[in-house]
Amino acid sequence: MSMVALVLSGAAALLVLAVLGVVCGRTGAGRPLIYGGSLLVCIAGTVIAGMSIAGEPSTIVLPLGLPWLGAHFRLDALGAFFLAIITIGGAGASLYALGYGRHEHEPLRVLPFYPAFLAGMTLVVVADDAFSFLFCWELMSLSSWALVLSHHRDRENTRAAYIYLLMATFGSLALLLAFGLLAGPGGNYAFAAMRETAHSSTVLVALVLSLSLLGAGSKAGLVPLHVWLPLAHPAAPSHVSALMSGVMTKVAIYAFVRIVFDLLGPPEWWWSLPVLSIGGTTAALGVLYALMERDLKRLLAYSTIENIGIVFLGLGLAIAFRANGMAGAAALALTAALFHAFNHMLFKSVLFFGSGTVLVATGELNIERLGGLIHRMPYSSAAFLIACLAISALPPLNGFASEWLMFQSILVSPDLPQWGLKLLVPTVGTLLALAAALAAACFVRAFGITYLGRPRSAVTEQAHEADRYSLAAMIGFAALCVVTGVFPGLVIDGLAPAVHGLVGARMPPQLSLPWLSIVPIADSRSSYNGLMIFLFSASSAILAAFVVHRLASRVVRRAGLWDCGYPGLGPLTQYSAASLSQPIRRVFGSYVFRSSERVEMPAPGEMGPARIRKTRHDMAWEMLYEPIVAGVAFASERLNMLQFLTIRRYLGFVFVALVFLLLALALWQ
Amino acid sequence: MASFSFDVAHMLAGGLVLVSFMMLYQDRLYSLLNVLALHAIMLALSVAWQAYIQHAPHLYITVALALGFKAIVIPMALRRMVFRMGIHREVETVVGIGLTMLVAIALVALSMEVMLPVTTHSDPMAREDIALALSVLLIGLLMMVTRRNAVSQIVGFMSLENGIVLAATGAQGMPLVVEISVAFSILIAFIVIGIFLFRIRERFDTVDDQALDRFRGEH
Repeated sequence: MSMVALVLSGAAALLVLAVLGVVCGRTGAGRPLIYGGSLLVCIAGTVIAGMSIAGEPSTIVLPLGLPWLGAHFRLDALGAFFLAIITIGGAGASLYALGYGRHEHEPLRVLPFYPAFLAGMTLVVVADDAFSFLFCWELMSLSSWALVLSHHRDRENTRAAYIYLLMATFGSLALLLAFGLLAGPGGNYAFAAMRETAHSSTVLVALVLSLSLLGAGSKAGLVPLHVWLPLAHPAAPSHVSALMSGVMTKVAIYAFVRIVFDLLGPPEWWWSLPVLSIGGTTAALGVLYALMERDLKRLLAYSTIENIGIVFLGLGLAIAFRANGMAGAAALALTAALFHAFNHMLFKSVLFFGSGTVLVATGELNIERLGGLIHRMPYSSAAFLIACLAISALPPLNGFASEWLMFQSILVSPDLPQWGLKLLVPTVGTLLALAAALAAACFVRAFGITYLGRPRSAVTEQAHEADRYSLAAMIGFAALCVVTGVFPGLVIDGLAPAVHGLVGARMPPQLSLPWLSIVPIADSRSSYNGLMIFLFSASSAILAAFVVHRLASRVVRRAGLWDCGYPGLGPLTQYSAASLSQPIRRVFGSYVFRSSERVEMPAPGEMGPARIRKTRHDMAWEMLYEPIVAGVAFASERLNMLQFLTIRRYLGFVFVALVFLLLALALWQ
Repeated sequence: MASFSFDVAHMLAGGLVLVSFMMLYQDRLYSLLNVLALHAIMLALSVAWQAYIQHAPHLYITVALALGFKAIVIPMALRRMVFRMGIHREVETVVGIGLTMLVAIALVALSMEVMLPVTTHSDPMAREDIALALSVLLIGLLMMVTRRNAVSQIVGFMSLENGIVLAATGAQGMPLVVEISVAFSILIAFIVIGIFLFRIRERFDTVDDQALDRFRGEH
């Protein structure tokens, strides 16, 4: 049995689980059966992905779908890498859900769709013709839509699901058109045929590029197509949020890579311009949004947008380098992008799992009302902290490794011949640096306000530690963050076949280097050793702890807290989320969000309190979506007249339309 | 023989168009129903001739269907309906007969103009048949648009359907299943419309569809 057939049977097993979810969703056995089954299938899928990432591509054609086309499936190195992302993320989410799913009030709304969602994503990365690709893509979109709608009694969630459905339909339409253009008038919808066609017309290539940016970008959350993401991802149950943020956005990246790097043929340098600029903007704006957010899950969703921007930035660099024949640099940039996609799956899953445990423990996601949870939930807060460090790109964790590689490839950019790129790449590099710094600020805020300090409301005082399944998933993924951070060579070498297949070169082998360093280009330029940094920071921390605890004076002295002469410090006098982000809001907000603050003083003699009023605008929403909505509303208002005509008028319309078309036909000949 | 059979087929199809024209200026319901029966008979003749020259015995079933249902059963049923509703004496206000006829002539010209160049490479018999069938269809639609009485709209619909059958039999190799299913769908449409007619009448005391608009508060 070939590898791709194994993947297909795994997806079939997931679909069977989805049916079982309908049957026994109500019974007590439903949750362990569905999530346990998904966990086993995902583990098997990880093994298959690991075995086939370095092997030859395997293909299979099933007699399904269009009669003259069949359903083509193919598992190559790129597909296997993304399959690994899906199955590892899916395994973690399933393990987490074994415990977390206990708190689900309406399991029948989640259990059938969860395995179907996993199956849809799995099938997307092995689909090898446009029809099966789009079918599986829709399966993924619709099942995740159902999951977003699982808590449908909340009006916000219904709205989120509606916007998500609109954006998903729009994205699929864009991809459909892109595939139609790639297939050409002959209608060669198999990817193999598209790969062999030379797409020479500039207009066609530009159209396909922009359509795939729209289609994949709307699913991945590129600015300004991101508006659905911070609404829909948090609306789902937390393990599904983790899958949507950590895994489904990667499937969207896969779609973009598959179309632009694989099907569209050798790139031109100008392809990278839109990708780079959109990626840079997305990275910077996503994290700024995240910094302003008070809802923990929504904050994480905005941070997903930032990371997607970083990945697209790397993809843009890879296009630019490859178009100029700099295969080594292209391999470096692409490796960095894919590595970051993998890392984001790991740490974003932990973060969403953590937000789920917080939600279960306190029933609250507004971080202004949380605080002090580290005492009540020590293990999950440790895992959350590691993920925060990783996403803030601190060494020796994995986020640093991939972003460091990204910066290394940006540093090669002065060798590019085009002046446009010479100027653009440092600019987006600055945006990337800004995003990395702001991300650190954002997660200091997220962790500090949620877990540190004193409880800001009564809900946090009854909080309790999460169950052991959830903890196992969180700690396991946090450990993976450390492992891939300390030994980045493992992932880099694993990625080499996929990268080689797309840009025709690979990064130099890393695992054979002494001391497990990674050297992206040459020894003379730069190198990084995660292990060394890990050992150094661990040993110095242990040493410091030893010095503090053993060598310092043992005399204990108790004294009152220094309260600045202002006795009775309550929890409200702590730093709050709003106060932490206020300086950044003042610096960037006046441009990006047109935010303003106004102090409203009561009139003299009035007893009311003074108020500070903050306003903030979502520019993407106001400048892009509201005009579209207004246009649609205007047009439907006009067309509404047509709904109340007489039968004879309707017949008359049919008649006139028919005669008009016939006339057009007669004149056109 | 080829040119003779072509001429006869052409004549019968042309006769069908002519009967369609006759329909347009009937302003009494009984005479309109008579013309509908005549329309079906012309269709039956035309299909029978096609069956004879194409040596396609299954087309005789279509002939039987056309004669049985469309020439006898449906006109009779409509006649009873009209009688029971007591509207057999009503003179329907037709939108300017002269104008309607002119439009119908233009439609026939249009369908010739469209169909003949499109089908240059096909069998001449099928070409003529299809062009004439399109004119029958368009005139039927015109009838539905210009009439207000629901019964005459049904008649327009039936003649439209006759046009479709003519086109279908003119093209060789049309499977019988398709024809039979078309015939049955027409029958069902007839039954549904009939029931609706009585319902409309029960409620509004008329089958003039302006009453429905008045009821909706539009006029």
